[in-house]
Amino acid sequence: MTDNLRVKSSKFIDETYKISFKFNSKTYYGYKGDTLASALLANNIHLVGRSFKYHRPRGIMTAGSEEPNAIVQLHKDTSRTEPNVRATEIEIYEGLEASSQNCWPSVNFDLGGINNFLSPVLPAGFYYKTFMWPASFWEKYEYFIRKSAGLGKSPSEPDPDIYEHKYIHCDVLIIGAGISGIIAAKTSAKNGFKTLLVDEKPYLGGSTIYQNSEHFKINNQISSSWLEKEINEIKKIDNLEIKIRTSVAAFHGYNFLLARESLTDHLPLHQRDEKVRHRLLKIRAKKVISATGSLERPLIFDNNDRPGILLSSAIEKYSNFFGVACGQKNVLFTNNDSAYETAMSLFQKGINIKAIIDNREEVDSKLVKEIEKNNIKVYKGYTVVDTFGYKKINKISIMQLSKDGQKVIGSKISIDCDCLGMSGGWTPAVHLFTQSGGKLRFRDDDQVFIPGIYPSDQISIGSCNGDFTLDEILIGISKKLKDFLDIKKTDYENLEIQSHFNKTKRNIWLLPSNKIIGKTKPFVDYQNDATAKDIKLALREGFRSIEHVKRYTTTGMGTDQGKLGNMHALGIISETAGSKMGELGTTTFRPPYTPLTFGTIVGRNVGEYFDVFRKTPIHDWHVENKAKFENVGQWKRAWFYPRKNEGMHEAVQRESKAARDSAGILDASTLGKIDIQGTDASEFLNRVYTNAWSKLAIGKCRYGLMLNEDGMVYDDGVTTRLDENHYIMTTTTGGAATVLGKLEDYLQTEWPELDVYLTSVTDHYATISVCGPNSKKIISKVIPDIDLSDEKFPHMSFKNTKIGKVKCRVMRISFTGEQSYEINVQANYGRSVWERCMQAGKEFNITPYGTETMHLLRAEKGFIIVGQDTDATMTPIDLQMDWIVSKKKYDFIGKRSLYRSDTIREDRKQLIGLVTENPKEVLEEGAQIVEDASKSPVEMLGHVTSSYYSPNLEKSIALGVVKGGKNMMGQKLIIPMENKQINVTVTDPVFLDKENKRLNA
Amino acid sequence: MFLIHCPYCGEREQSEFKAGGEAHIVRPKQPTELSDDQWAEYLFMRKNIKGVQFERWVHTHGCRKWFNMVRDTSNDEIKAIYKMGEKPPTKYK
Repeated sequence: MTDNLRVKSSKFIDETYKISFKFNSKTYYGYKGDTLASALLANNIHLVGRSFKYHRPRGIMTAGSEEPNAIVQLHKDTSRTEPNVRATEIEIYEGLEASSQNCWPSVNFDLGGINNFLSPVLPAGFYYKTFMWPASFWEKYEYFIRKSAGLGKSPSEPDPDIYEHKYIHCDVLIIGAGISGIIAAKTSAKNGFKTLLVDEKPYLGGSTIYQNSEHFKINNQISSSWLEKEINEIKKIDNLEIKIRTSVAAFHGYNFLLARESLTDHLPLHQRDEKVRHRLLKIRAKKVISATGSLERPLIFDNNDRPGILLSSAIEKYSNFFGVACGQKNVLFTNNDSAYETAMSLFQKGINIKAIIDNREEVDSKLVKEIEKNNIKVYKGYTVVDTFGYKKINKISIMQLSKDGQKVIGSKISIDCDCLGMSGGWTPAVHLFTQSGGKLRFRDDDQVFIPGIYPSDQISIGSCNGDFTLDEILIGISKKLKDFLDIKKTDYENLEIQSHFNKTKRNIWLLPSNKIIGKTKPFVDYQNDATAKDIKLALREGFRSIEHVKRYTTTGMGTDQGKLGNMHALGIISETAGSKMGELGTTTFRPPYTPLTFGTIVGRNVGEYFDVFRKTPIHDWHVENKAKFENVGQWKRAWFYPRKNEGMHEAVQRESKAARDSAGILDASTLGKIDIQGTDASEFLNRVYTNAWSKLAIGKCRYGLMLNEDGMVYDDGVTTRLDENHYIMTTTTGGAATVLGKLEDYLQTEWPELDVYLTSVTDHYATISVCGPNSKKIISKVIPDIDLSDEKFPHMSFKNTKIGKVKCRVMRISFTGEQSYEINVQANYGRSVWERCMQAGKEFNITPYGTETMHLLRAEKGFIIVGQDTDATMTPIDLQMDWIVSKKKYDFIGKRSLYRSDTIREDRKQLIGLVTENPKEVLEEGAQIVEDASKSPVEMLGHVTSSYYSPNLEKSIALGVVKGGKNMMGQKLIIPMENKQINVTVTDPVFLDKENKRLNA
Repeated sequence: MFLIHCPYCGEREQSEFKAGGEAHIVRPKQPTELSDDQWAEYLFMRKNIKGVQFERWVHTHGCRKWFNMVRDTSNDEIKAIYKMGEKPPTKYK
């Protein structure tokens, strides 16, 4: 074990609890409290992965969720393996196995690294420019591009872990448990607000909790000691809930937030069984306090991406929190005072600092003076111009900056080092604020975007609000909280604060170099390998909008969403294009703030719960009798009932034949049923259907067609008059909910004066349809008391009756063209009545049939299916159903649209029948119909909507829509298929029993 | 996801509701007397404003009642909610 970089024990690391883990198949050790990144650094490993485009070696850059480089593949097994896990966030556990991504054969020797040398020919927009020409070659290029694209591997087996969703309602949500968040949480909770405090890290206290500097004191205590006491206090407050390892992913309008609580990812594998892995919290907060902190900015110079180059604040955290030195020859490069804090804390631990390179020419703060007093060399007014070392930095060269900061002057100085810390100032983490709809304001003096206009009841406090120093944070916080929470007093009115931090900063977005920019690689977006050069190229090529530059260069489009480099991209654009940053605006920060697993998003809605389905009361019988099912809307409907060796075709042919020869039985329970009552029920039906309803006698049924206001067919079904003011309407299976919604809409908004009540009763009844020449005999056995004679019970009529003691409604209606009875019975009796019908029909070979046979039978009869033969562009006239459109009625929904200039055109697509020249040839549904295939371009006249082989007619039949089809009876048309042409003849859509003899047989 | 104060049920989540387009478009009482253009105006033409808009909403997964809403479409702020048949608040016109 080469634990030689563990410098000093830290109270956040339990050195008595040793943990072994594997990285790239090699075993290492770390301690409880380590992240994978800190444990790797302690083992002197910086090289973790390869970059996306150039495959450059990359190391750990940060110590938090903003990490662009150190992303790894976690777990080996095919169901749990997870790509793009940030090594800086994953807490190590016994058995952890991680490996580098985006490299082959290994991170140390990666063949893709050749792209680095090809980089002069791989500029921004390379893919767009190269692979779009010739267009026909895209398919060939794509294979190779897809192969080389992508970071990591996704799992190939179902996720075995458990996830869940939870709703939380609170008065005050505080995001971030740094010093500001802790103060806010205590103030809120102590004033009686139900408070929730969340933080993405596994500990409370943010970056203050590991500050040991004498320069920052609160009430004469070192800031971390003061904060520790506060944390101990808030843990005792009842109405404060604290959730660590909880990352807010999205901040929507109306203070609705989504957060991911990670529950087991830090546990040893054997302790995770049966536990929920991630919980998606759906939080409704009356008030939100964002205390999300800020992210340190890197600096943009040539080769600023080598392993061993980190953010200065990360180096500080690794040393203070994890007790790990990132290097033994450290150099810090800065444009502000923050790096000096890092330097002091390293110095106090005895970690060597070779030099500090400071952009600023004059720096005289107390911190700087103290550093100089300790004989650490500070180069003022200098910049790094290059770095060296392929897999780990080993040297930098620096040069002096010109007065205006635009050029470098003098001669190069080389400095050996094994670690370089960058500090480019701070960027407030305003991502969540902007997601919520907040408008940012640009603060010119230190070049940061801070919250401007709040869209909901929320505030930002601390460094996410641009208050970076301890005194800035604490001085105003009391008043802010009092105003926001409308309270009189806080515990933080008179804090005594010592904060020695000079705010001067010399901001240069792209640092000058002694080389021309074309020869340099100053990375702006590390993960996507976008350099300042690429951004300048995009501007030269005419891109101006930040959103366009982003997409063209891919800046900010990685898994880290450019948390580090977006500000620099903006800065470079603004400098190059000469526009003001405040006016450029930022790219849109979209949820999630950090990536979510799919498991978190779907929660428990997996497998059979992914999409709920509805079963009819007779469903189990269908299952027991080996039915195949099809999905119709949310329903599972019996599709066909194959016997022994039958396929679908054989089963459907047999079922169809049986239904016409003797008897068939269908479960029609899924049809929508709406109970309509009220003194104006008849008038209401007059207005919603195209035909007339006033004269329908009690006990009679009528088929109706419902249109949209635009005249297009919307739904159809049979409605029965049960009583003077009582109807039962049936709708299509899929249309039930929308039809009810539409009817309610008209009743409530257009015709509130009508006395009509609608109730959905679809689920209340089981509907069993028995059809065929022997149906009458079967029904008379099931319901002996009923007079089934054609005189007493003709087609399109209804009777209330009983089967035993069970009340039922029987309708003589038909969707097959056969004599047919539909029994509606209270749902829970559905199966027993079905079985009675089966028993009674046994001697007649009663055959259960499914939806496929139902479709075939109705097509023989030329009955349409709304949604199959119609597509919201068909009027009743187009369907050749003029007979159902009342000429006498003054108005009904859609009437006026039936004689708009467009709907009266003669050449609209109209429903027709099609028969093939070869009666055995069955057309494909959706096939195009043409008149003359030799013409170019070929005019498409229409398409086939329904097609079957009819066993009863012993020929192929089809329905289709054809332009002007109504006047084309007998005409020959062509269906061009891939290898052949099929000759068809246009016919009437009714193929069987035009005289309706079978209905009344 | 915003919260909507249903005038019949009280405050509920947006997912319980459905939007029904622009409000105060009255179905003509005598459609047959309208020209194609006049009918098309009723049938197809909608304002789709960025800013304050009068809309119809229905509490689909609740009382199933329709009502009107004045909403700023640019930030989803709900300015007013009133029942069907009630007069729209004049100050947003």
